Amino acid sequence: MFEEFLEKQLSWLGDSSENIIFSSRIRLARNLSEYPFPHKATSSQREEIRERIKGAIFKLEEFKDSIFVNMEDLNALDKQFFLERHIISQEHMVSSSGKGLMISSGEEISMMVNEEDHIRFQILAGGFRLDELWEKINYFDDRLTSYLKFAFLPDLGYLTSCPTNIGTALRASCMLHLPGLVMTRKINKILELLAKLSFTSRGLFGEGTQALGDFFQISNQVSLGLSEKELIENLVGIVKQVREQEEEARISLVKRQKITLEDKIGRALGILRNAYLITTKEALSYLSLLYLGIDLGIIKNISQKVVKNLFIVIQPAHLQKKEGRMLREEERDYVRAYILRKRLKEDV
Amino acid sequence: MLCDICHKNIATIHLTEIVGDKIVELHLCSKCAQMKTEEIKNQLSLSEFLTGLVKEEKKERRVLRCAKCGLTFNDFRKMGKLGCKFCYESFREKLLPLLRKIHGSVEHTGKVPQGLKEEEILERKIRELRKKLAKAIKLEEYEEAARIRDEIRNLEKKRDV
Repeated sequence: MFEEFLEKQLSWLGDSSENIIFSSRIRLARNLSEYPFPHKATSSQREEIRERIKGAIFKLEEFKDSIFVNMEDLNALDKQFFLERHIISQEHMVSSSGKGLMISSGEEISMMVNEEDHIRFQILAGGFRLDELWEKINYFDDRLTSYLKFAFLPDLGYLTSCPTNIGTALRASCMLHLPGLVMTRKINKILELLAKLSFTSRGLFGEGTQALGDFFQISNQVSLGLSEKELIENLVGIVKQVREQEEEARISLVKRQKITLEDKIGRALGILRNAYLITTKEALSYLSLLYLGIDLGIIKNISQKVVKNLFIVIQPAHLQKKEGRMLREEERDYVRAYILRKRLKEDV
Repeated sequence: MLCDICHKNIATIHLTEIVGDKIVELHLCSKCAQMKTEEIKNQLSLSEFLTGLVKEEKKERRVLRCAKCGLTFNDFRKMGKLGCKFCYESFREKLLPLLRKIHGSVEHTGKVPQGLKEEEILERKIRELRKKLAKAIKLEEYEEAARIRDEIRNLEKKRDV
């Protein structure tokens, strides 16, 4: 199963021409009407819930080729691997009975079963494609309704175990690459402003506010009171504004500090192409510069797609899956550097 | 409050029972309670039985609990998670201000599961009319208020069929 994943190399990332907005995601939470929420359900209820959801999924023609696994059948490394691919959450890695995971072929759609809610259903795409994603996930949600009855109240909408998610139970997000705003030190102001406007932002890699690789995820905080389309429209509006700010920051960097910027990017590529030991953190920050360099036309001959994939595959569990064994930290740094050297070779 | 059995004496003992998913309350005077106790073929002494009842009653008053899944409002406070869909009904009054704080609204305007649509449309209409009614009363437009009231009644009848 994992070989397949490694070979596919994140087809959902696609060939999007959108450089600042790395990817879009929509997640819906649903609970089966007749069972308590996962944390309050008994083991046997959770297993029953999992079976019912699994049954419903495989009744849908579109999901015939998808994979469904019980989380207890995965080891820690497998789970870490899916976490690195943004298919499962930290919470879903914690062992507890009845947890399941569905992944559609192509990884565009995935579902966590018995995480915080019975169903956490997500759809991912490279670039800025929230409207299209909503159409699709809405359709699948309707299809599931033919087989599953969801907890719903007319005035409060879809009910979730945490009241912060009720109503539409929708979380839409975009992953943005914002090195310009980080370098011009405008990022904190923007993040503060987003929080004031009820949007959540956090770094993509690493924990908490630490944003490795200058990636930030922006999502809606509110889920009740606005329709799905309105929530998405608002997010689209705000993401466009952040993108504009990033573009401006890049223009000003090129204008005022062109040589410094070229130097930074050139050094980053130099290290990535020549290092024999490199940590995840270091690699992500140089890849970020490289990605920016390609976008600004400073770096030629390296495709964005290669770099996009590298962001994912240099992470610890991916390296270990690729090598087919557990690696010590130093070994990981070595394998990581090897992959980077190979994929960023000058003649490619 | 008068005793539910003799309807003469003042009820001093309050018994709360959950039958199926309904809460049944029984209010008894001490005499009838004693009789009721004897009816129950139980080895417990009366005093034990009564202390049990009193404790239960105190609990009833202090602890807000979801009758379906047993989660208390305190559990929710600690964990930030509700136990089941009925918790939203059980704790509705306490949850609404919180939801308003989080979302700025307590009116779902998004999608509705397929098959639920007709009910939902009615429900929404009724909600809107209730708001209009409150407004009309505030403005002392009683004729308009009466008209809205009748409309609400009609819709409620339709809904409850």
